Amino acid sequence: MKKKLTRRSFLKKTAVAGLAAAAPLKLVEVVYGKENEKFTFAVISDAHLTHIKGTKFVRNFDEGLERAIMEVSFMDPQPDFVVFGGDLAQLGKKEELDHGLEMLSKLSLPIKFVVGEHDFYLDMGEYWQKNIAPLNYSFDHKGVHFVVLNSILTYQSWIDQFKDPMERMLGMARLDNPKGSPFIVGEEGRRWLKKDLSKVSPDIPIIVLTHSPLYKIFKPWNFWTDDAEEVQAILSRFKKVTVMHGHVHQIIYNQIGNISFYAFMSTAWPWPYPPTYTQKPNNFPKITVMMNRADPFHERDGTGWSWVEVINGRVTHHYELWENTPRTVYYDEKLGHPVDKEYQDPAKRIPPQFHY
Amino acid sequence: MLKKYLVLALLTVFFLVGKASADEFTKEDLKKWQDSFMKVVQEGEKLFHSPTLGKNRVSCDMCHPNAANTHPETYPKFQKQLGKVVGLRDMINWCIQNPLEGEPLPLDDPRMIALEAYITWERRGVPLAPGKH
Repeated sequence: MKKKLTRRSFLKKTAVAGLAAAAPLKLVEVVYGKENEKFTFAVISDAHLTHIKGTKFVRNFDEGLERAIMEVSFMDPQPDFVVFGGDLAQLGKKEELDHGLEMLSKLSLPIKFVVGEHDFYLDMGEYWQKNIAPLNYSFDHKGVHFVVLNSILTYQSWIDQFKDPMERMLGMARLDNPKGSPFIVGEEGRRWLKKDLSKVSPDIPIIVLTHSPLYKIFKPWNFWTDDAEEVQAILSRFKKVTVMHGHVHQIIYNQIGNISFYAFMSTAWPWPYPPTYTQKPNNFPKITVMMNRADPFHERDGTGWSWVEVINGRVTHHYELWENTPRTVYYDEKLGHPVDKEYQDPAKRIPPQFHY
Repeated sequence: MLKKYLVLALLTVFFLVGKASADEFTKEDLKKWQDSFMKVVQEGEKLFHSPTLGKNRVSCDMCHPNAANTHPETYPKFQKQLGKVVGLRDMINWCIQNPLEGEPLPLDDPRMIALEAYITWERRGVPLAPGKH
């Protein structure tokens, strides 16, 4: 069965609800069917809902999450499920997590939650595990093995220095904290991953969902997982491996060995690209075409959500960028790595894609 | 007599001070001045990472870790969104008023100087590029 959704029919639907102007989806083509292993899921990430006091939250960040939820709700056909990529809260407070859950309850789709450091370090994940999701879990969907892996743990010696839970949370929440500590999956997590994958044949496509990138981009901002190589080694025997992650609030993609990496957008705010901080070296992936420089006068610019087509176990990642041109990054079989559909050729880049 | 001594003493002081302040400074002086500057940089770093400038718990570093993406070397410049040439401090105040939902700082406020000192320090070594978008 093949269903086509044109911009016109989509706009018709949204216009009924009076939301046409707010939900600019481009032409969407989705093919169902287990036989060719093609399906879609949506991604919302890094909402950073920030509690002010009482029932007050930061308006800007609430509006980002609300808009993503509304646009995912209006996807037609609906995706199979939604991935939430972590950092629902800013400071791990119950008020923030509850507020986020209430907003997300408007989605009538299953949500696969990934924990972020902002959700975790106030109570070391207690509220999250009790009310939202386990930290590590896996599921199979239409021929693909999905793994949700907690990658935002860190070394016990860093954790132990704090007596006050909020101080610990603030220490981890500050991205550029010179006294910060790198993320790890940790020994227990790696053991769990090995065991989970032991039953899976190398021909089965694997999609790993994490919060931090499972490779090393820029340590000063924790765009980094310290035991990444050990995790990559566990994934090395599979033919098709994709790692999708939050945390970085920007378009990044990469290929390391057999693993393709794609980053999620944030609904709250964009981070600068690491090469724009000139005082420290970085390992920013050379194949990434950066997203357009954000215009702070357009509040939602540089933020957004995405939807993912999985075709024969490979990913096509559609970034819905509010107040900016959408981008599509897909796995190029010939080149053996992800490429941007429009801008990969250096001659086609536009001035806003140059960051300094 | 006393007057004579006073004039002589004053002349001596002027001579010594004048000589010392005009073209001579020691390593200790340099260190002292650099330390004074770094103290203000540190105050700026603190403010930049604190929710006290605004009213909604948002702080500058949430969008600008290490003050990245602030481009102090490009100011003054034509800020297209404001339709005129502005200084870095005008953009600092814009951020305080909008994402941080706070009150703008007086342009000569020591907190403004501290913020500029921190932002510029994080961008040290980058060539000046006034006017660059």
